[in-house]
Amino acid sequence: MPDEYILQMEGITKDFPGVRALDSVTFNVKKGHIHALVGENGAGKSTLMKVLSGVYPSGTYQGNIVINGEKQVFHTIKDSENRGIVIIYQELALIKELNIAENVCVGNEVSRFGVINWDESFLKTEKALKQVGLNENPLTSLASLGVGEQQLVAIAKALSKEARILVLDEPTATLSQEEAERLLKILLKLKEEGVTCIYISHRLKEVFDIADEITVLRDGKTVASYAKKELTESKLISLMVGRELIDIYPRRKHLLKEVIFEVRDWTVYNPAINKIISDVNFKLHKGEILGISGLVGAGRTELVMSLFNVWGKKASGNIFLEGKELHISNPGSAIKAGIALASEDRKRYGLVLNEDIKRNISLASLLKIAKASIINENEEIKYAEKYTSDLHIKTPSIEQRTLNLSGGNQQKVVLGKWLMTMPKVLILDEPTRGIDVGAKSEIYNIINDLVRLGLGVIVISSELPEIIGICDRILVMHEGRFTGELLAEEATQEKIMNYATGRIKEEVNQDG
Amino acid sequence: MDKKILFNAGFFKHIRRYTMLIALVSIWLIFSFLTDGIFISPRNLSNLFVQTVAVAIIAIGMTLVIVTRNIDLSVGSVAALAGAVAAFLQVKMGWPTTSVIAAALIVGVLIGVWHGFWIAYRAVPAFIVTLASMMVFRGLVLGVTNGTTIAPLSDSFKAIGQSYVSPHLSALIGILVIVAYIFLDFNRRRQRIKYGFKVTRLPLEVLKLFLISSAIAGIFAIMIFNRGVHCAVLLVMVLALIFYFIAEHTVFGRQLYAIGGNPDAAELSGLNIKKSVMLLYVIFGALTAVSGLVLTARLNAATTSAGQGMELDVIAAAVIGGTSLMGGEGTIIGSVIGALIMASLDNGMSLMNTNITYQYIIKGLILLLAVWVDIATRNKA
Ligand SMILES: Nc1ncnc2c1ncn2[C@@H]1O[C@H](COP(=O)(O)OP(=O)(O)OP(=O)(O)O)[C@@H](O)[C@H]1O
Ligand SMILES: [Mg+2]
Repeated sequence: MPDEYILQMEGITKDFPGVRALDSVTFNVKKGHIHALVGENGAGKSTLMKVLSGVYPSGTYQGNIVINGEKQVFHTIKDSENRGIVIIYQELALIKELNIAENVCVGNEVSRFGVINWDESFLKTEKALKQVGLNENPLTSLASLGVGEQQLVAIAKALSKEARILVLDEPTATLSQEEAERLLKILLKLKEEGVTCIYISHRLKEVFDIADEITVLRDGKTVASYAKKELTESKLISLMVGRELIDIYPRRKHLLKEVIFEVRDWTVYNPAINKIISDVNFKLHKGEILGISGLVGAGRTELVMSLFNVWGKKASGNIFLEGKELHISNPGSAIKAGIALASEDRKRYGLVLNEDIKRNISLASLLKIAKASIINENEEIKYAEKYTSDLHIKTPSIEQRTLNLSGGNQQKVVLGKWLMTMPKVLILDEPTRGIDVGAKSEIYNIINDLVRLGLGVIVISSELPEIIGICDRILVMHEGRFTGELLAEEATQEKIMNYATGRIKEEVNQDG
Repeated sequence: MDKKILFNAGFFKHIRRYTMLIALVSIWLIFSFLTDGIFISPRNLSNLFVQTVAVAIIAIGMTLVIVTRNIDLSVGSVAALAGAVAAFLQVKMGWPTTSVIAAALIVGVLIGVWHGFWIAYRAVPAFIVTLASMMVFRGLVLGVTNGTTIAPLSDSFKAIGQSYVSPHLSALIGILVIVAYIFLDFNRRRQRIKYGFKVTRLPLEVLKLFLISSAIAGIFAIMIFNRGVHCAVLLVMVLALIFYFIAEHTVFGRQLYAIGGNPDAAELSGLNIKKSVMLLYVIFGALTAVSGLVLTARLNAATTSAGQGMELDVIAAAVIGGTSLMGGEGTIIGSVIGALIMASLDNGMSLMNTNITYQYIIKGLILLLAVWVDIATRNKA
């Protein structure tokens, strides 16, 4: 019977100090369905899944979990895994130092008397890799795989545990479009094999591509569950955000002024002495949003990280800010000159997770709120309050540790930190990764406002609709070079992909 | 924003902050009971404070070192070396006290530069650098003292470790501290109101002021009932205040916490990690030298074995006080309380004539327990 519920969560309420993350949530999933769970940042999606998996053990929340009609009590993650529930978390839980087989089997080793049977493990890994369509030797080290492939390893790991209910928490946030599409195909194949899937994503297109049913959470409450065919994208957005959102990409006419930032002949090698960035030239104007597109691994992040001198070895190149040459020896000198770089990896490069929102926002601008090296805490609170409300960061107070924020709200804190430095040039590497539609359009509005004030903004994004939707001009990178340049009016996804895959090359216009 | 929610979040934070204080008070009560009140007598408590001094001074700085994910195992040797140099210069060369103090501080600073160079600029793990220093500087202590005890010191040197501020002056200092505290607190409150922020309701604020003022008064009273405030204890109080201020309210302090919390994010936010770590070790070297001076003055001699095993007491004090070896977390006040807990255990068990075997075992287990309690409560709040 396909309409049978495999999973019923009833009246789930979960409190954290100061926050009610879930408020009597009901969530029912039918057997063999792909069920999408959507909602704004901080709506409670990840928390609900952690309740399901036993990360929050039975007793730390109220409500019931029923699987195949039987009430369940999970004290640990193992308990839920034994019932076939496997979760792939928002933050990948793989170990970079180990190889694929070790990663797949860790925690579930095939062993006798505590001695691991590696042959069995390899067989098991190979089988799981085949299921996800990843052609790699199980002995390959994880570090040598791209993020997308690592994501597939995580899924292989889940499958090797014989998942009956597979939960994916924003699996495509770090993937390129192609990788994401591949992943979705795999999920559809798994569905045919009878695996039930709970899919969390902020990319609504994906949700409409694969989901059978969609449940919307808002502020810790279930808003509604719908079969996909009952919904349109705009209806879904208004359910999520609680209001109509007319245009996600609010295009505004920008007045381009003089060149503010220029990079010439930029060539950088990686530690293994491979040329990663070759001879890159570009200009950014005051009042312009410049997009840098390309496939994951094209060298976009390496380019901007090397501008800050935190990555690679520079072989040649000059940077000019407002016509004057700038020598950037460390991020400090770049920030002082008025350049800000919000990294794509918010956990590693963005946040001090054990500190609160306030201290994270002020971290790059301490001198601004200090007199004679003594911090004026009231100024700090003022700034933190300002950016928390400007960016709609959802939190009980600015003294909340960033560790306890939902993914999207963490991203907003990083943005707040960089806005507080009042930069002239703002470089945003995947600024809306893991951010909900409502917040995305807020962030675009903020970027538009900044640009109107005369900033130059560079946006790196793997999401083509985003880059086409907000940028005035798009540079496309392929294997460390710019292979194409498109103005907003002429840009299409197809053209960008042609340049990004290196199928077509064009001499990039150096005069901006 | 919901007021009640704010209060709750703050409430949990505060409970955690006070666990170690509660532990200290419990230990005092237990020992008082077991020793028929001898433990709690002003005389004994004053002694206890004096016994805490050498470890507490270093623990104050060690907190910040551990906060940056570093460590210093050489503090015992460095303190001994600073003391030995001072005693040597005074006893053998006849230098006046102020000059030998300066010389000892310079020794500390130079060692700090040495550590900072290897740890910050050559990226050698602090554990290794300071393990090496622990041996190197112990060797130098033997060299300076020639394997013997250097004594006796001049009266002015001894005063650092043995003299008391007169009871009258002590009382005056105590009153000034309380007045200054109340003034600063009200000033802070006025500032917050000026900025339009919420403040604690006045009755609560007054209650808090009253409790803390009484605690300060109590501590001073204990010492005044004995012989007045011991100079070295006064020194610890001043140093703790200075470092508390540095840690909580200066750019430098803030940066140390961020560096320990997430070095990559700190660097990308423009912080100069190398410079900060270097500066920290330099300051810490000087602080360790101060501790060595106090230790030497108290013993009225520089010995070859001075400060041996001190690093363990210091690290234990910091960790018991809530400093996380993972970096990014720890408070000066917590470490001072941690040092007091360690010293109280020593003192109380000696009073009870506990066998030294059990003293070690009990101290070790309490360290373990304290850290476990800390970790367990941390996950909840
Ligand atoms: N450990 C925690 N301590 C305190 N609050 C928490 C904790 N974990 C989550 N929260 C709060 O619970 C709420 C729900 O968070 P959750 O991570 O479930 O959101 P989400 O829907 O997954 O959002 P996102 O799309 O941004 O990932 C948020 O307000 C968050 O701040
Ligand atoms: Mg989430």
